[in-house]
Amino acid sequence: MSTHTSPDRTTARPGTDELLRVTGLEKHFPITRGAFIRRTVGAVRAVDGVDLTVATGETLGLVGESGCGKSTTGRLISRLLRPTGGSIVFDGRDITDLSVRRMRPLRREIQMIFQDPYSSLNPRHTVGTIVGAPLRVQDIPTPHGVKRAVQELLELVGLSPEHYNRYPHEFSGGQRQRIGIARALALRPKLIVADEPVSALDVSIQAQVVNLLDDLQRELGLTYVFIAHDLSVVKHICDRVAVMYLGKVVEVAPRDALYATPLHPYTLALLSAVPVPDPDRRDRAQRERILLTGDVPSPVDPPSGCRFRTRCWKARERCERETPALRELAGGHLVACHFPVEDAERTPRGRIAAHLAAADVAPATTTPA
Amino acid sequence: MATTNSPTTTGPLAQPGRLPQPSAFLDVRDLRVHFPTDDGVVKAVDGVSFTLERGRTLGIVGESGSGKSVTSLGILGLHRRGHTRISGEVWLDGEELVSAPPERVRRLRGRKMAMIFQDPLTAMHPYFTVGAQIVEAYRVHHRVSRAVARRRAVDLLGRVGIPQPARRVDDHPHQFSGGMRQRAMIAMALANDPDLLIADEPTTALDVTVQAQILDLIRDLQDEYRSAVLIITHDLGVVAELADDILVMYAGRCVEEGSAQTLFRRPEHPYTWGLLGSMPRVDRAARDRLVPIKGSPPSLINLPTGCAFHPRCPHQGRDGIPCRTEVPDLAQGSDHGVACHLPPTERRRTFAEDIAPAL
Repeated sequence: MSTHTSPDRTTARPGTDELLRVTGLEKHFPITRGAFIRRTVGAVRAVDGVDLTVATGETLGLVGESGCGKSTTGRLISRLLRPTGGSIVFDGRDITDLSVRRMRPLRREIQMIFQDPYSSLNPRHTVGTIVGAPLRVQDIPTPHGVKRAVQELLELVGLSPEHYNRYPHEFSGGQRQRIGIARALALRPKLIVADEPVSALDVSIQAQVVNLLDDLQRELGLTYVFIAHDLSVVKHICDRVAVMYLGKVVEVAPRDALYATPLHPYTLALLSAVPVPDPDRRDRAQRERILLTGDVPSPVDPPSGCRFRTRCWKARERCERETPALRELAGGHLVACHFPVEDAERTPRGRIAAHLAAADVAPATTTPA
Repeated sequence: MATTNSPTTTGPLAQPGRLPQPSAFLDVRDLRVHFPTDDGVVKAVDGVSFTLERGRTLGIVGESGSGKSVTSLGILGLHRRGHTRISGEVWLDGEELVSAPPERVRRLRGRKMAMIFQDPLTAMHPYFTVGAQIVEAYRVHHRVSRAVARRRAVDLLGRVGIPQPARRVDDHPHQFSGGMRQRAMIAMALANDPDLLIADEPTTALDVTVQAQILDLIRDLQDEYRSAVLIITHDLGVVAELADDILVMYAGRCVEEGSAQTLFRRPEHPYTWGLLGSMPRVDRAARDRLVPIKGSPPSLINLPTGCAFHPRCPHQGRDGIPCRTEVPDLAQGSDHGVACHLPPTERRRTFAEDIAPAL
């Protein structure tokens, strides 16, 4: 397997060069009415102007709640979906509008790991067929045959080569996720988009897979876009984190900066909501927890200006009028907010004040999607 | 809370002073739930005992297949009798449920004890309005008119924080968001002011911000009604938030129990250490690597001999310790029960010296 790995890839280090640049990315899914004459009556603005960059060798976390567009963004980056606006530049090439045929050679470079290890593997195919499929489709020369190549991949992800002839149902959830990872690695991609790769797994198994992803990155010099809703896992695995809310990126920062000094009120609320596995600190955590009222508004008809304003305790008139742009406030720390969180609000006293203020925000009356 | 795993050999119950009528509000004794299948008997729950008082919260923690949900369904009597072998005793407020006729358990279910299920979209009927389902739950146990029951439903929806309850009561479940659906299900569970509330993974399908709202709601309601709450989850963060006492299950048995403080501060079972080591934490600086538990959970048809955890345990196999041959009993310390063959002093030393620094 080492024959596939080019030396420049293994030596790449975070921050050296840009592998992916996403600018103003949009995906609007049309809502249609009518059986015979279909007409578009609106659009679900799943992704609505996302800017991101990913450097070679780093892990970018994409976090947010369900419906914020993080999975759609992942599918746009890997071009499983076609964007309705904006651009995606991968490794210096604009891949925004490439056709299926022109995209195919590039699929070697961008692979995906899916969330559900049960539905993402064909139950009627053997592990050998599943993991070998990318090699056959792409017509990759395998000096010792496809079987041997697949067995090496299985070993790489910690499965036994004898599993070659088995079917997915014979494996546990963690092992299936390893099969999915082996399939993603088959083509030696540069970029792996992992969409909630450990969410469906038990805690003990989750840690095994997280460590595996870590090892593979080190060994093969992979770049990850890691999509997850679990902020603890993201903190463990990512170098930089982008927070999404209702189709937009609201904050991007190096991992430690984001967790220590969140600048967007939404990030502050999100972090405070994570349950703390420490009973001694539970009372304090509860007093300082920012409980957002209501639900995420519908992406069909998002609020004007800042999309978070309907649930934000700091919202003022300007937030309704003006959409905040993503701007850099500290080294590599970008935030899209007119009134970013200040240091005083991160002190215990400030947090309690925020806790009270957030509880007073009247829940919006719009029906969620 | 006092917990005992009685030995697997059935015989005269060894616990002295065991009264036929317990004083605790909920007292589960040596509960076993086995499912006979073509491949063999699945021992989903194999001898679990615990007690729970009114106003207290007990968290049952375990991974998939540890028997935590089967335990809760066993208490509620929701297993199909023809397909399940249940033994042991479940005492709820002085009444034994395992041997009680199904009709009697049905009268208690919903009224005295109620359940919040994990996935409200599958637990609620998609065809009926949310209000109609709450009305039904209420009228099963109360002889009141539809109008009165409906007022009750609106009341409850407001109580669990649904905006405009008088309007939303006529919505169907699909018109609610995930968080609102979970709230509606809590409202349904509360319809008859149950004394025992069982929440099976109540927040697993929800986002963190909504999870925080729901946990807050459960806490508030418990304060208000002084009900006993049994929360079942795989998430150590959620139990740490909610539970007074914690019971850790592995392969159908309780491996460790104690107060929440004890279990997080001084855990003694290697499986509990494994769970804590596997968990990335948002409240600490990132560690270089997680410490997972090797292997995967065992098949419940063919449990490993001796301690069911021994094939995955890094501490087994020491001289003279029968990890592979003997099933360890849940030995009671002063504030803490641990089912492990390692000597207690050794366990405490190992945790303090080797495990705690790496967490």
